[in-house]
Amino acid sequence: MERGKRQKQRKVLLMGRSGAGKSSMRSIVFSHHNAKDVRRLGATVDVEHSNIRFMGNLMLNLWDCGGQDSFVESYLTNQRSHVFTHVAVLIFVFDVSSRDAASDMLSFASTIRALHEFSPNSKIFVLIHKMDLVPADQKTAVFQEKSDGIRATCEEEEFLPEQVGFWATSIWDQSLYRAWTQVIYFLVPNAGTIENMLRKLADLLDASELILYERTTCLVVTHISRGRGKKNPFTDRFERLTSILKTHKHSMARHTGTMVSEVSFTELLVKSGKFMFFITRLTENTNLAVVMPNDEGAFNAARVNVSLAKGEFAYLDIIEKKGKEAQRT
Amino acid sequence: GTQQGPPPRRKGNPRLLFMGLRRCGKSSVQKVVFQKLPPADTLYLEATNKIEKASMQSFMNFESAEIPTQLPVLSPEYEHATVFTNIGAVIWIIDSQDEYLTSISELLRVAVFLAENYPRANLEVFIHKTDGLSEEYKYDTFREVRQRVQDELSDFGYGDRAVSYYQTSIFDHSIFEAMSKVIMKLLPQLPAMETLLTKLCSTCRIQKAYLFDTVSKIYIATDTSPTFLKDYEVCSDYVDVIVDIKQLYGWLDAPKDAPKDGSQPQNEDPELESEGTQPKIEGVQPKSEASPSKSGSSQPKSAPDTNMLGESMVTFDKGGDNYMYAREISNSLSLICLMGQGSGPDKRKLIEYNVDILHDALLQVFKV
Ligand SMILES: Nc1nc2c(ncn2[C@@H]2O[C@H](COP(=O)(O)OP(=O)(O)OP(=O)(O)O)[C@@H](O)[C@H]2O)c(=O)[nH]1
Ligand SMILES: Nc1nc2c(ncn2[C@@H]2O[C@H](COP(=O)(O)OP(=O)(O)O)[C@@H](O)[C@H]2O)c(=O)[nH]1
Ligand SMILES: [Mg+2]
Repeated sequence: MERGKRQKQRKVLLMGRSGAGKSSMRSIVFSHHNAKDVRRLGATVDVEHSNIRFMGNLMLNLWDCGGQDSFVESYLTNQRSHVFTHVAVLIFVFDVSSRDAASDMLSFASTIRALHEFSPNSKIFVLIHKMDLVPADQKTAVFQEKSDGIRATCEEEEFLPEQVGFWATSIWDQSLYRAWTQVIYFLVPNAGTIENMLRKLADLLDASELILYERTTCLVVTHISRGRGKKNPFTDRFERLTSILKTHKHSMARHTGTMVSEVSFTELLVKSGKFMFFITRLTENTNLAVVMPNDEGAFNAARVNVSLAKGEFAYLDIIEKKGKEAQRT
Repeated sequence: GTQQGPPPRRKGNPRLLFMGLRRCGKSSVQKVVFQKLPPADTLYLEATNKIEKASMQSFMNFESAEIPTQLPVLSPEYEHATVFTNIGAVIWIIDSQDEYLTSISELLRVAVFLAENYPRANLEVFIHKTDGLSEEYKYDTFREVRQRVQDELSDFGYGDRAVSYYQTSIFDHSIFEAMSKVIMKLLPQLPAMETLLTKLCSTCRIQKAYLFDTVSKIYIATDTSPTFLKDYEVCSDYVDVIVDIKQLYGWLDAPKDAPKDGSQPQNEDPELESEGTQPKIEGVQPKSEASPSKSGSSQPKSAPDTNMLGESMVTFDKGGDNYMYAREISNSLSLICLMGQGSGPDKRKLIEYNVDILHDALLQVFKV
């Protein structure tokens, strides 16, 4: 039982120096705030835990670790094994505008040293954050330079290059969702199975694209592109879709006077010219977006087919439910 | 462009003048509404020293100008015709977070000047920067300003002049709603459009229907039921959703070899392309450099095949009674409806039929 539980719960550490932007990021991705609201956040005291359930047995167990020096000191000493064991992913946030890059790097080095000691196979996502403060023409160079320095530190601490990824982010645009989508994709245990099932469904619907996303965060779990869909010039469309859907949630919440977490639609449909785009519920935690030719008959058939496929996909969730019940008894 | 058939637009483009004391928000309003400047960026705006014009090409050609405070346009020596001839409305902006008595006395000078020289121009008063103010304070300020202006205008003998008042802020939708109301008044087609929309609403049990200029999200008509900012907001945000999704997938409509690297997908509205002043369609989020900037759907403009025009629906309950409905009327006009009880799935055909009729009628209205 215990082993089964651990495989499903994936521990994710969110670390970085105080003021780097960790809690802002978390509250935008998971707690339904928008970028303007987060300016009021206070510094995080110690660790704030949250659990987020995704499709396919994934329970994200997020540790938002307050970054003030005294807390970090404690993570590295008396709490060392508690914090750094069983870590699947470390997300380390660097403030690109920090005045004290040397200390940031030292803090990072001691953090990943502890990580290597207790979770040597974990993956590190380095976020170079607050990129909105860097002038557009310098973004690439600044990002390159920062990541080169950090990469060298990772190698010194014996992390393999393939264990470390780098992302430029800002809470003011969808780059944040781009990075988090990659984290989720890495963590979803049966992405391959899900993709196979989606590919079959896409063939059946003759869809040019299927996008599976988690309903509350609107983060994309995975997607399938077929035929012309593969040639879509908007390579950032998945994080943009997250952003569009999140904004819509906020709008609906304002309109109905409800909590953002409570708003959801049953179906969204956009028909235009030759394409048709619709979103419908797939499983308890996920929605499916379908892009297909604009054809009334095909659309009606597609609705039925998605509905029929729900059973198969639900199976991926059911395992977890059974597991949960078994644990309780 | 190579356009066939008469364009469904033009006939007295609304010309607007923004006036008010220093730093009351004139440049901000003009830039946010017509140039899609993100509101937060207005912090960096510098003082305006000369008349600054803005325009936006969309369903119609919006034109506006900001009059710098120090320019003595009302003084007898000033050649005021250069500024005021053919003006549709003067928008006087009052900073409600600042002392406003000076602004009111200046406003009165303008009101009297207009009454004497340009009696056909509307006078619109924006009680501005209402973000961050308590509801009570907002309301009191609004009442006080209106009362003072009306009283003093009466004293001057112009008590019968219609002046309209709005509470606005660039940090929410209120500025767009106010601009909508200002512009609507200047459209000769308004009564016809209102009648059509009101009829549609009662036939199809629609709670509220807006006709949007898709690019600016200014609405140019609505049915005659009461308007609420809340309804406008949700419809305006819905336009964003549709425009954004169309942008991501609309390129599918382009000819097979169109969106190769480097070449831009085709523009929707040939008119937009030819003019230099069009705003960025995406105002909400900075987009990645890699993306082409426009949607690629290319609809045949001359023969409006209603099947090709965009349509969208978002449903909030299983029963399908609670939903929003959107329909493109032309490349730059969209109908957005908040549906009411009893407009559920069994009524869809009826709604579509009536919207088709409205669509044709509206095109007629603009051909005249
Ligand atoms: N809080 C708030 N501030 C606003 C609003 N609109 C404008 N401002 C701010 O007011 C300040 C002055 O705005 P401007 O648009 O430059 O004022 P102006 O009237 O054009 O000033 P001049 O150039 O001197 O004529 C800027 O810092 C804006 O960010 C608003 O709706 N709310
Ligand atoms: N300009 C900018 N500021 C940000 C960004 N992300 C966070 N901030 C600001 O950075 C400050 C510190 O953020 P916070 O999340 O509390 O940091 P934490 O101590 O790491 O949890 C806040 O004022 C945030 O508004 C960003 O992407 N751009
Ligand atoms: Mg924090």
